[in-house]
Amino acid sequence: MSLLDVTDLRVSFPTADGVVQAVRGVSFSVDTGRTLGIVGESGSGKTVLTQTLLGLTPGSQVSGTAMFNGVNLIGLGPDQMRRIRGEQIAVVFQDPLTSLHPLYRVGWQIAEMIRAHDKSVSRKQARERAIDLLGRVGIPQPSRRVDDYPHQFSGGMRQRAMIAMALSLSPKLIIADEPTTALDATVQAQILDLLLRLQQESDTALIMITHDLGVIADIADEVMVMYAGRAAEKASKHDIFYAPHHPYTKGLLESIPRSSAAADRLKPITGQPPSLIHLPSGCAFHPRCAYVMDRCLTEEPQLRSVGDAGAHKSACWLPAAAIGTAEAAEAARRRAVGEGRHAAAARVAEEIAASPEGSVIA
Amino acid sequence: MSGPLSAVPADGGGSGELLRVENLVKYFPVRSTGMVRRTIGQVQAVDGVSLTIGRGQTLGLVGETGCGKSTLARCIAGLIPVTSGTVTFEGHDITNLPRRAMRPFRREIQMIFQDPYGSLNPRRRVGAIIGDPFAIHKTATGNERKRAVQELMERVGLNPEHYNRFPAEFSGGQRQRIGVARALALRPKLIICDEPVSALDVSIQAQVLNLLADLQDDFGLSYLFIAHDLEVVRHVSDSVIVMYLGRIAEAGPKDPVYDTPRHPYTAALLSASPAADPESAASRQRIILTGDVPSPINPPSGCRFHPRCPKAQELCSQSVPELEPKSGGEPTHLTACHYPVQAGEILASTGRREPV
Ligand SMILES: Nc1ncnc2c1ncn2[C@@H]1O[C@H](COP(=O)(O)OP(=O)(O)OP(=O)(O)O)[C@@H](O)[C@H]1O
Ligand SMILES: Nc1ncnc2c1ncn2[C@@H]1O[C@H](COP(=O)(O)OP(=O)(O)O)[C@@H](O)[C@H]1O
Ligand code: SF4
Ligand code: SF4
Ligand SMILES: [Mg+2]
Ligand SMILES: [Mg+2]
Repeated sequence: MSLLDVTDLRVSFPTADGVVQAVRGVSFSVDTGRTLGIVGESGSGKTVLTQTLLGLTPGSQVSGTAMFNGVNLIGLGPDQMRRIRGEQIAVVFQDPLTSLHPLYRVGWQIAEMIRAHDKSVSRKQARERAIDLLGRVGIPQPSRRVDDYPHQFSGGMRQRAMIAMALSLSPKLIIADEPTTALDATVQAQILDLLLRLQQESDTALIMITHDLGVIADIADEVMVMYAGRAAEKASKHDIFYAPHHPYTKGLLESIPRSSAAADRLKPITGQPPSLIHLPSGCAFHPRCAYVMDRCLTEEPQLRSVGDAGAHKSACWLPAAAIGTAEAAEAARRRAVGEGRHAAAARVAEEIAASPEGSVIA
Repeated sequence: MSGPLSAVPADGGGSGELLRVENLVKYFPVRSTGMVRRTIGQVQAVDGVSLTIGRGQTLGLVGETGCGKSTLARCIAGLIPVTSGTVTFEGHDITNLPRRAMRPFRREIQMIFQDPYGSLNPRRRVGAIIGDPFAIHKTATGNERKRAVQELMERVGLNPEHYNRFPAEFSGGQRQRIGVARALALRPKLIICDEPVSALDVSIQAQVLNLLADLQDDFGLSYLFIAHDLEVVRHVSDSVIVMYLGRIAEAGPKDPVYDTPRHPYTAALLSASPAADPESAASRQRIILTGDVPSPINPPSGCRFHPRCPKAQELCSQSVPELEPKSGGEPTHLTACHYPVQAGEILASTGRREPV
């Protein structure tokens, strides 16, 4: 059993336009001391997925289970949830201003957080702990800066203060939702370095949500690639980068510019992510997929093992042998397309080929 | 032909050179709050930048938030007056020209912005938005304009039948195509792209980058391309400029700048930007800088990078380093540093990662 086991989580939002199916049956687990990277385009459901674990998606319809340390987080009462959030699971958001109160001093907010969960700590002790934490996350002169207001901190310092707050109660799991997206490269490097160092010191589990494959390459152990509210692929970091199976994962990797790439031209994924109200039938990726086959239009592929060890899973109808970027894998994909594409998928393939940057495997 | 100023012969706007910026300075006054708003300081947003852009070339501009990239771009486009220095376009001095005199150059220099949501009026139809430049410059009217707009839409990969739709009906990537179409309308020679793909997901980003590359080939466009993603800038640029707090830290043809950075800031920036490749991420020497970018209101003395620089010495806080070629490097590769990074030099690193 892992620290966190999420099984078949589904989250939808009824809206005036229809039901937004933000998360559509996602399962994953995270172990103590490990980092799970969740990557996907904006709107793929990364934030909704993790906010739901913390009971932070009001107005949503939720099903599935999320066992954390023996407790199912889904359907937990607000009081119980409040105790777990902070004490055992901490969150770091993209924009620290949304979680730091503008009118209270940074140090006071950290101290109050500590005292709210442990009444036996005196004000003075809590303040000392806050200063110590600010120092640990690299705020210079913490005993002076502890009395600053959030607006007196730079973006990077605010994010560090957020991390200090997240750490204040020694959580077992930290969920970081695009914690460095709003920051500059050199500051991002500082923050990632900090998160990893702290994780190693206290053996915390970390869920890192990002749309940046560079961040994933840097710090993840396992990776889940999300597309349209589902896990398209799950694997070790190594397999995601060097032996991707799902055409979406492959497309993401091919579309980033790399100095090592010989080609002058980038290889984008054609089209746009789908509407979560009117999802495409079958595989949600089929209107953009170069390998689209007939069954992709009608049957939704489930995650299944494609690697030897069973840890590598992909939700795609292509055969397990179609893994990686080697020629043999591409041949396996072509063979599958040759056998599986008839009139219906051929029409879709034609449309893809005709759209900007469209290319399909014939 | 593009790059820092002294990298090209001063041929006064000859065949290869499209744009020349000399010693450009842009200060914004800082005023006191209260009844009498006195000027109490200056934001030194751009402080003595020189560069050239050649015809059909792309000059990349990188640097952290607030280092002055957008301000420099807006000065070049004539959208804000410069404090001092000159901007020369095709041999004409266009610095602080009055509106009317600037008008012909406005057509030649267009801008594309980062935010495909914020830069389009939500209440106007895309046909009208893209047709604006024709209306403003009175170059095409009625059906002729509509046809021209639809041709542009087709060229940038939008469906011409969507002429009457509103911006909200398009995705982020499509909205950026609308911005590109509008910039292209008057057949400019220079397009200033200020973070054109930063708000887009990678798969869509690649679509827009390819479009910009095709248009450059078709129309011989020059680009000033601003982005904070170093790999994107490397991909699109011929030459690059690295800015820090209003000044050029390092500049030159892209390969030497990326492969053998001489300025400690460039080295840190390159080491900090994660490559999407676990093996190179694990093996890379990482320079973790301390502190944040200081305020451009009271920038540090001497070399502005000195409070964060792992190589700083006494001289660095006392004297401003010249932007010049360094020994062992190409003559067009310029660095503003008293103690440039040597080949094989290790600045600092953290050993936090095990190999994959
Ligand atoms: N109108 C203005 N008045 C006062 N200060 C300004 C003004 N415009 C910009 N600045 C300041 O000038 C400096 C440079 O700003 P600029 O927008 O050029 O940065 P940038 O490099 O484009 O940053 P980013 O990467 O965040 O877009 C900043 O300190 C900014 O706050
Ligand atoms: N409260 C809500 N009501 C309706 N739709 C929502 C709500 N919150 C999120 N969504 C939708 O759910 C989808 C997934 O969103 P999100 O998890 O924020 O994506 P990501 O974090 O991957 O960018 C999006 O289509 C978003 O618009
Ligand atoms: S091959 Fe079929 S199942 Fe696999 S990603 Fe493409 S459309 Fe989906
Ligand atoms: S001049 Fe000095 S402080 Fe500036 S970058 Fe060079 S070594 Fe560092
Ligand atoms: Mg999100
Ligand atoms: Mg800017």
